[in-house]
Amino acid sequence: MHEGTPLLELTGATVRFGAEVALDGVDFRLFSGEVHSLMGENGAGKSTLIKAITGALPMDAGVLRLDGETVQFGTPHDAQTAGVRTVYQEIDLLPNVSVAENIVLGREPRRFGLIDWRRTRELACTVLGELGLDIDPASKLGVHSLAVQQLVAIGRAISTDVKVLVLDEPTSSLDFDEVSELFRVIRDLKLRGVAILFVSHFLDQVYEVCDRVTVLRDGRLIGEYLTREVLRIDLVQAMLGRSAAALHTRARADFGDDATEPYLSARGVTVNPGIEDADVDLREGEVFGVAGLLGAGRTELARAITGIDRLDAGIIRISGTRQSPRGPHDAISLGVVYSSENRRTEGIVDGLSVRENVTLALQAERGMLRRIPSWRQQELAASWIEALDIRPPDMDRPAGTLSGGNQQKVLLARLLALSPRVLVLDEPTRGIDVGAKVEIQNLVGDLADNGLSVMFISAELEEVLRVGNRVAIVRDGCIVDTVPAEQLTVDSLLALVARPGDADG
Amino acid sequence: MTRTDKPTRPQTSLAARYGTFMSRHSSILPTFAAVVILFLLFAGAQLYFGNFLTPSNLSALLLNNAYLLILAVGMTFVIVTGGIDLSVGSVMAFTGILGAKLLADGLPAVLVIPLMIAGGALIGLLIGVLVQYFDVQPFIASLAGLFLARGLAFVVSLSSIRVEDPAVLWLQSTRFRVGDWYITPTGIIALLIVVIGVLVMQWTRFGRTIYAIGGSEQSAHLMGLNVARTKVLVYVISGVCGGLAGLALTAYSGAGYPLNGVGTELDTIAAVVIGGTLLTGGSGYVLGSMIGVLVYGTITAVISFMGAEQSWTRIIIGTLLLLFIVVQRLIVARSERRK
Repeated sequence: MHEGTPLLELTGATVRFGAEVALDGVDFRLFSGEVHSLMGENGAGKSTLIKAITGALPMDAGVLRLDGETVQFGTPHDAQTAGVRTVYQEIDLLPNVSVAENIVLGREPRRFGLIDWRRTRELACTVLGELGLDIDPASKLGVHSLAVQQLVAIGRAISTDVKVLVLDEPTSSLDFDEVSELFRVIRDLKLRGVAILFVSHFLDQVYEVCDRVTVLRDGRLIGEYLTREVLRIDLVQAMLGRSAAALHTRARADFGDDATEPYLSARGVTVNPGIEDADVDLREGEVFGVAGLLGAGRTELARAITGIDRLDAGIIRISGTRQSPRGPHDAISLGVVYSSENRRTEGIVDGLSVRENVTLALQAERGMLRRIPSWRQQELAASWIEALDIRPPDMDRPAGTLSGGNQQKVLLARLLALSPRVLVLDEPTRGIDVGAKVEIQNLVGDLADNGLSVMFISAELEEVLRVGNRVAIVRDGCIVDTVPAEQLTVDSLLALVARPGDADG
Repeated sequence: MTRTDKPTRPQTSLAARYGTFMSRHSSILPTFAAVVILFLLFAGAQLYFGNFLTPSNLSALLLNNAYLLILAVGMTFVIVTGGIDLSVGSVMAFTGILGAKLLADGLPAVLVIPLMIAGGALIGLLIGVLVQYFDVQPFIASLAGLFLARGLAFVVSLSSIRVEDPAVLWLQSTRFRVGDWYITPTGIIALLIVVIGVLVMQWTRFGRTIYAIGGSEQSAHLMGLNVARTKVLVYVISGVCGGLAGLALTAYSGAGYPLNGVGTELDTIAAVVIGGTLLTGGSGYVLGSMIGVLVYGTITAVISFMGAEQSWTRIIIGTLLLLFIVVQRLIVARSERRK
C-alpha cells in the first residue's frame, strides 16, 4: 500500500551497552500517514530503538534517513527541530505553569522582546481546538487529569511542523473513554500525513489503531507485518518466540465447596464507600480470581481483606481467629500479604537495590534492632533472583532501573520472603509485557500448587480465567457472584462484569 | 483588553468563576494572604497607636527596607528555580565595605558603583557555576559564597569605614517630596528593581524558563529551554542585587562595615516566603516578595514604636513564617487532591 520511499528509515541500527547488545542491526521504516506499532517483550529493544530515532541515544552503527536524507541527531533537541517529536509515558510537562505555556514555551510569540501573552493563548487555543480539547488555556496544567495532560503533551508536539510523532506507551494511564479520545486524535494526525510510531502493550489497541507492526525480540528484527493481515496468535508468537500454547497451561485442582476448611474466611465485609457485604473464602492451594471494572471495588476488597482499610462491618477470620486483623501488620503476622496495584508508588523503592527491596518486608517484620546480617540478605536475594528469574540477575542494581515485569517479581520476592499463607495480588501484570505476564501467571499457578492461597485481581478477564480456580465478579461495590473458572468463558465473564441479566439470556 | 481568546463557556455562576480563577491563579493565594496580613498589621497598628499610618511613616518603610527589597527580588529569582542563595547578606556587606574603602581611597563614585555590582555578580557567578556545572547543592554552594564574601569583607577592612562621597550620600539624603510623602533615590532604585524583576519574570522567555526549571528541570530541558544558562544567571542576578543592596545600605548607614548584614539572608528568605513564593520552586511572584518585605518592615516598625525589644521581631517573623509554610503546604495538598 505504501510505495515509494519511507519518511523515516533506519538501517542496520546497532546499539551496545558495554558487552550487551541492545539493538543488533535492526531495520525500521515509517511512512507518512501511517500508524506503526513497535512491539516486543521488555528488553526486546523497543525503547532503545525509540531513543536512537529521537536522538536520546547515539547509535554504534546504522544509518538514519529522514525524507531520504541521512541525518544524525546528537540530542533530543536536534530531532525536535528536524520534526521528530516524542510524547513519553511519563508526562514531561510543567504542572506549575498554564496549559498555553506548556504548548508554546520555547517558541512563544514575542513583541519588543517581551512575550505576547494574547497571541500565545490564541495559538494554544488553535492547537487545543485541533485536538478537540475544550479546556481553558490559561488554567494551570497541574489541575487537569493525566489524560488531558497527555493530550496537551501531544498538542505541544503537533504545534510545530511535526513529521514523525513517537508515542511511547501513551495509553497506560488512561481509561477507556480517554483512550478512544486519543485514538481520534491519532487518526486525525494520520490524515494530515504525520507518521506515527505508537508503542503499546495492549494488543487490542494495536489492532484498533495501527496499520503496520514491527516486532523485535532480543534486540533483533523479527518481522514487519500489516495489522490487517497478521493474526493475533502469530503476532504474540513472534514476540515471544515460543509457542503461544504456553499461555494456556495450568492443570486445575478440583475444589469442592466443602473440600477443605478455608484459610481465610470473610463475611459481610463492608468498607464505605467501596465494598459492601462481601463474602470471600480463600482455600489453600487455590487461586481466587477477582474480575470487575475499574472502580467496581476490586482494590477496596483487597485492601479490606488484608487489614489495610478498617472494616465498617463484617468479619475476617484468618486461620480460625475470632476477630478481624487490626491492621496490615496484624494481617502479615497471620500470613496475609498484599501487593498494591501501584507498583511505583506503593511497591518498589526505586533508589534501593534489588537486594534491599527483597529483604525490606522481612526486615520490617523483625524490627529494626534485629538487622538481617548481610550474608543472609545476599543469600535471600540471590535465591529469589534465581527462583523468580529476575533479570538482570544483579542484586545491587537499583530496583527502579529494572523493567516493569522484573520490578513486579522483586515485589513478589519481597512478599514471598515473609513465607505467607495468603497472597493478595492487585493487578500484578498491569503495564508489563506479554512475556513477563505469562511468567507471572505461571508463577502464581506454581505458588498455588505449593499450597499457597492466592487472590488474583486483574482487569484482563482472560488472565483471571486462565489463572483462577474460582472467579468472583465484582460490580458496583458488591461481589455479585463467585463461579468456578471452568464454567466461564471470556464472553460470559464479560457479560457478568458488564451488567446483570445478560449472562442468563 | 478584550478576552476573545477565552473559550466561550457560560460563566454566570459564582462557583464557575471561582473554579476558573482557582484553576488559573491558585498560586497567587499565598501572596493574597500576605496582602491581607499587611492590611491587618496596618489597621491594628493604627488602632493601637492612633498615629501609625502617616505619610512619613509609610515613606520611611520603603527607605528603611530598600536594601532588603533589592535582595528579596534577587532571592525570588533563585527560589523560583528551586534553589536558595545564602550568600546575599555577606555579599551586601562585602560590596558595601569594598565601596566604602575604594571611595576613601579617592576613587570616583562612577567607578566604584559598577565595581560593587561587579563584585556581587562575580560571587553570584561562582555560586551559579558550582550549582550548575559541579552539581553542588545550592545550599552548600551559596554557603561557600557566604563565607567567601564575609571573609573578603574582613580582608578589605576590619573596622567600619565612613563614606564622605557626596554622590553616594545623595542617594540617601535626597528626598523627593509630594506633600508629606517622600522617596529617596535608594527607594527609587529598589522600586525600579522590582519593576524590572516583574517584567523579566512574567514577560520574557528567560523568566518563564525560571518557572519551568522550578516546575521540573528535566522537562524544561526536554522542552529545549536553556536550563544551564538560566540557572547560572539567576545566581548572578542575586549577586548583582547583593551589590546594589550593598550600595543602598552603605548610603543608608553612611559607612561600610564588615559585620553588616549578618543573618540578612534569612530575613530575605523569610520575606520572600511570606510573600508567597514556594521554597520548592516553580511558584512565586516578585510583587509578592515586595509585600513580604513590607510585612517584615511593618513588624519591625511596630516593635520599635512600642519600644519593645527587637528580638520580638524575630519571634513574630518566625511565627508568621511557620504559618505561611503550613498554608502553602495546605494549598499544594489541596491542588494535588483536585486532580
